[in-house]
Amino acid sequence: MDSFFRSEEMCLVQLFFQTESAHNCINELGHLGLVQFKDLNPGTVAFQRRFVKEVKKCEEMERILRFLENEVVKSNIPIPADFTSETIPVPRDVLDLESRFDKLEQELKEINSNRDTLRQNFTQLMEINHLLKVFDAFLFYLHDRFVAGVIKHERFPAFEKILWRLFHGNFVLRHAEIKPHEEENMADPVKKDVFVVFVQGDQIRGKIRKFHASMYPCPNNAYARKEMRTNVNTRIEDLRLVLKRTEEFRETTLTAAAANLQEWASKVKKMKAIYYTLNLCNIDITQKLIVAEIWCPVSDLNSVHTALIHGSEQSGSSLSPVVNRIQTQQTPPTFNRVNSFTSGFQSIIDAYGVGNYQEINPAPYTMVTFPFLFAVMFGDCGHGLVMTLLALWLILHQEHFRKLKNELIDMLVDGRYIIFLMGLFSIYTGLIYNDCFSKSFNVFGSSWSVRPMFHPHGPWTNDTLHDSGHLHLDPLVSGVYSGNPYPFGVDPIWNIASNKLSFLNSYKMKMSVIMGVAHMLFGVTLSLVNYIFFRNLKDVALQFIPEVIFMLSLFGYLIFLILYKWCVVMKSESAPSILLLFINMMLFDYSSEGTVLYRTQKPVQIFLVVVAVLMVPWLLFAKPLLLYRKHKQLKFLSLPFCLSLFFGVKKAFVSLQVSMADIFVYQGIHTIEYCLGCISNTASYLRLWALSLAHAELSEVLWKMVLQVALRVTSGMGSVLLAVTFAAFAVLTVTILLVMEGLSAFLHALRLHWVEFQNKFYKGSGYKFTPLSFNRMRDMQ
Amino acid sequence: MGSFALPMICFTTLWALVGPNRGVVITSLILTAVCCWLFWLIAILAQANPLFGPQLKNETIWYLRYFWE
Repeated sequence: MDSFFRSEEMCLVQLFFQTESAHNCINELGHLGLVQFKDLNPGTVAFQRRFVKEVKKCEEMERILRFLENEVVKSNIPIPADFTSETIPVPRDVLDLESRFDKLEQELKEINSNRDTLRQNFTQLMEINHLLKVFDAFLFYLHDRFVAGVIKHERFPAFEKILWRLFHGNFVLRHAEIKPHEEENMADPVKKDVFVVFVQGDQIRGKIRKFHASMYPCPNNAYARKEMRTNVNTRIEDLRLVLKRTEEFRETTLTAAAANLQEWASKVKKMKAIYYTLNLCNIDITQKLIVAEIWCPVSDLNSVHTALIHGSEQSGSSLSPVVNRIQTQQTPPTFNRVNSFTSGFQSIIDAYGVGNYQEINPAPYTMVTFPFLFAVMFGDCGHGLVMTLLALWLILHQEHFRKLKNELIDMLVDGRYIIFLMGLFSIYTGLIYNDCFSKSFNVFGSSWSVRPMFHPHGPWTNDTLHDSGHLHLDPLVSGVYSGNPYPFGVDPIWNIASNKLSFLNSYKMKMSVIMGVAHMLFGVTLSLVNYIFFRNLKDVALQFIPEVIFMLSLFGYLIFLILYKWCVVMKSESAPSILLLFINMMLFDYSSEGTVLYRTQKPVQIFLVVVAVLMVPWLLFAKPLLLYRKHKQLKFLSLPFCLSLFFGVKKAFVSLQVSMADIFVYQGIHTIEYCLGCISNTASYLRLWALSLAHAELSEVLWKMVLQVALRVTSGMGSVLLAVTFAAFAVLTVTILLVMEGLSAFLHALRLHWVEFQNKFYKGSGYKFTPLSFNRMRDMQ
Repeated sequence: MGSFALPMICFTTLWALVGPNRGVVITSLILTAVCCWLFWLIAILAQANPLFGPQLKNETIWYLRYFWE
């Protein structure tokens, strides 16, 4: 797994296939998933490529497959999920499948249209049936002129209004609602009404047609009507039978198709990928040879070779493909080999920017520091425990969750290991902050005790207690503070103290600064590793050393001040504020009184500030001046050897004019960014304090105002109230503290990594290695 | 200062016991150890020489006087 620290070494390889074995070989390479094909025809447009027709055919087949799948799903036929055939798609298969698909599509379309026509007929006959049934009830008025028909139920009021406007009441309209049978509901689910209009004049027919109502001729006398009814009934019976047969036939066809649907889909996908890849290669038709160029990791060359031999054996060709590694100046793609655990972390790094070729990969360090910084901001062992359990559930049931195919859940499942680690670290930091659902544990016994404050030892009496509501414990009175700090984490007495925040704020702010400077120093050290790997020792002296000295002399000294003030015993009245000390150091202001922590403070500070200021011009000018001198030397040396060095120097000469200004500007930007960045990034790490404070306060609010209220109720109803309140407490904890705070801390930890940590060493302007891989295509679907 | 040294030694050795040299897994364990030890160290140093003490309500003081040893 050494490759995880740095992206893998890649090589450019030329492959020569025979045309017959091309399909099989590319198929084998696709299953292997380790090679990326380079485009050897970059100038050609998509429709000029050699295999564009075949690709179009594959797309057409995919369309037909989608249509078939829709039909299958609509008829509620189950698609068998697993398919184990790994048959290799050959060009013959394309034609075969194509004709099959076309036939299937035609058949299905025909069946569908037939079924629709039959259903329409059926509906009409049923309507006539209903009409005849209710007609007898309407025959009060034996007018000659009448029109009978069926209209949609919701349009009936509008219809009536139009008739009123037309005939000014000179008509009789009767209607009845159709109560449909079940099978009619399936065929035609719209509610309809039967109506009869007795009226003079023919313009009624036009109006009815406009309402999309259907009219049926209805005979006048009862005998004719009865005959018509028997007629219609027989026709309905016949039609029912035909419809049933049609449906059965449709189902059999679809079931047969559904059985093969997955296999066909995967085959067509593979074919399309293979043709697409062939389009990228160089086809030499006269010699029946195909040339391809691939990027491949050096360590996998053997497996690629084996796969190719396997492929050519399968196609039955005699010659095995030739593998030829070539040297190139082009930048290879960046390949980081990941497994299911590390892929989550690698993807959050890649979201910011894919690393340069063989640049150091921040992912293995991010695997630990990201959950750790999240946990510093989350810091509650109860919530951490819930998060860990949730992540465990996701890990154990990941297949089940992936089947749901919901985007949000997919994102959660992809990050399950990240969430798991975040939960574990949160439990640890929660134990150190001594915060579990806003309560503290007292495992080792507090270092502070109250008894020594009372007489005869200390200043308090019982009256002191009665007089004031709040009292301060004084560490100067002996025995109050035991002299040994609480061995693991924050002392539990601070949880019940009313000046808890004074202590915690000071502690957490200093902790954030220490963590921040440590993280940034780690980042700068990684840049040293990069320089050494690329044998760039010049940059070590010109960039790394001034950067480190600058950071250490200012912020390393700040950390020293913090640690010194913590470790040395002093009276609280004479303890100087570190912030003021630091500001005065930068301003060279040593006038005020209590500004000394230790004896030699003034000269040491002056020395450090001067050193830091000197680093700025070193960083700004040393590298460009050196490069300038080197180019001038090159130009100078070239004069006697002008002929032999002509071409090489000409390039250097041209590049000299262009890039000198560039180098100065780039170096200037880098210096400003680094130096100002040091200050702003250190301050940026204070978000570690801010978010952990917010989390602790929210947690305390939920306890004080939700759960404690229910726990203090003394009546009998208290238990019921407690159950209800606990439900509210749980819901609020999960939504506000876990989801909202969790997302917030996640985002801020991510930002700290992407900006403050990575801008010390990471360039991130490479391109990702995207191999031809059938597994990846299947997973993406 | 005696009982200060004991937890110091204890937890430092705990986190130092985590492994030797190569590979991503080992690196992760070492990095975890360093981070966790540093975090614990900051917590204990911040409380080692307090400049001020906790401010308690009088009811809390009454309870602590009789129930904490």
